[in-house]
Amino acid sequence: MYQVSRWSAVSTQTVLIGWAVTVIFPMIWMIYSSFKTDQELFFSPWAPPVELQWDNFARAWTKAHVGDYLLNTLIVVVPALLLTLIISAMAAYVLARFEFVGRRFLFYMFLSGMLFPVFLALVPLFNLVNQLKMLNTFHGLILVYIAYSLPFTIFFLTGFFKTLPTEIEESAIMDGANPYQVFFKVMLPMASPGLISMGIFNFLGMWNQYVLPLVLISDESKYMLSQGLAFMLFKQFYENDWSALFAALTIIMVPTLIVYITFQKQIQDGITTGALKG
Amino acid sequence: MRRHKYRIIIPFLAPALILYSLFVIYPYAQAMYVAFTKWKGLRKSPRFVGLDNFEKMLGDDQFWNALSNNLIYLVFLPIITLGFALFMAFMISQKVRFSNFYRVTFFFPQVMSVVAIGILWSFVYHPTIGIFSSLLKAVGIERPPIWLGDPDTALWSIVAVTVWQSAGFFMVIFMAGMLSIPKSLYEAAALDGAGRGSTFFRITFPLLWENTRSSLVFITVIAMDMFGITFTMTQGGPDRSTDVLATLLYEHAFLHSRFGYATSIAMVYFVIVIVLTLLIFRVTRRETIEF
Repeated sequence: MYQVSRWSAVSTQTVLIGWAVTVIFPMIWMIYSSFKTDQELFFSPWAPPVELQWDNFARAWTKAHVGDYLLNTLIVVVPALLLTLIISAMAAYVLARFEFVGRRFLFYMFLSGMLFPVFLALVPLFNLVNQLKMLNTFHGLILVYIAYSLPFTIFFLTGFFKTLPTEIEESAIMDGANPYQVFFKVMLPMASPGLISMGIFNFLGMWNQYVLPLVLISDESKYMLSQGLAFMLFKQFYENDWSALFAALTIIMVPTLIVYITFQKQIQDGITTGALKG
Repeated sequence: MRRHKYRIIIPFLAPALILYSLFVIYPYAQAMYVAFTKWKGLRKSPRFVGLDNFEKMLGDDQFWNALSNNLIYLVFLPIITLGFALFMAFMISQKVRFSNFYRVTFFFPQVMSVVAIGILWSFVYHPTIGIFSSLLKAVGIERPPIWLGDPDTALWSIVAVTVWQSAGFFMVIFMAGMLSIPKSLYEAAALDGAGRGSTFFRITFPLLWENTRSSLVFITVIAMDMFGITFTMTQGGPDRSTDVLATLLYEHAFLHSRFGYATSIAMVYFVIVIVLTLLIFRVTRRETIEF
């Protein structure tokens, strides 16, 4: 390539390092601040903690219920994610591999779900979930999470199944496998790269989801993590336990950070291929 | 064989179809009707009122205020975020040192929950516990703005957070496009004596149309939404200076039980997103270059 002058290499690095510091420093500040007392937080915002206040974390976990919110979120996200993947894969397989009346119509019907902002459905959805007696229930939220993840996941996996070779499938049928065996024993394993991409994409979406639980869950003991965090922030205005809130934020962010660094390649690929196909 | 085929098609499609029709299609279809009704609370039933909600909207200052905030986001977020992302993507894809570290770091805010980001930045901006104000005091600014507490600065503080969160994501999208540009084009340009600037504007940018178009659609969706970040950082305040359509309609629906009016605002929101998306596709439609 062409020669990049020394000066421009230095200025490039300066900009990039500057942005890296801007991205990283708020998080580092949050982590070390979560070990400080409220006094220290207010009077020396930049200084590191004088003594590590582990008690902040204990208060966040029990008194502020971060532990409960984390558990609630897992109870909802794990089944919702697994069911989304299996239900979408089944539908996508049929849409990609079988010729039948209404196939195109169904495909575009699922596709159209990506066009609408969730805010348009909010009021009728709230009313519907209420009529089904599913407000403030985990199973209600699970079903809603699955339903709203279907359009994109089906769209993506249909494309994925179409790229898979048909020979293996055909030879399995020749060997006398029934359609269910073909799907579960042959097709699903072959589709695992696509399933992993969609797994990551939907996991992040469900884990970080805010509007849907805000509308469908109002019982404090059933809050999702993001909802619980926001609730804690609003409570600070009269309870004034800032150090516990810093600790809560650290409890939530550090695992995300570790998972992200471990799987960063797959996560970036999962999100960007997801985004670019959409 | 025929009957055989439907024995798999029907059970395989049924779960997706049932859930999707019930929880997605039905509410959206109902919304098209609810937007034209007066509906005050779950215990009552919606009453058709024609265009009343939309008429009321025309004279509703809060609606225009929220819409104009969305418009500010729609103008400035694409320019700042995409411009910056493109700039960084170009620099990183030029074999700079530590490029992998930068790519991983800049993307991270994208995987964080928007609520966590909102809270983290409310701390950063906080007048007493925040680091931002004390930094400004340290460099000699006696009375730094109170960022989220001042109607003049709150909206721009949120713009900054949104750029902080999403620039890395768009950078990665642009980088994906840049990697698919063949090296030979750059080599030819270098042989012709092209510098960095002209290489970027003559080669890189024109070959990134697909990625630019997707990015524009995404940032439009982000600028129209802004719910999570606004709701955690300012709740639309102070003095409604950061209110957007999403927070306004949420307030009407779930704080005041004005279901009909809230849904008609959502309808306007939806139409704007659709029109802008179609517009982006029209304007950026051109021959895709094959190589």
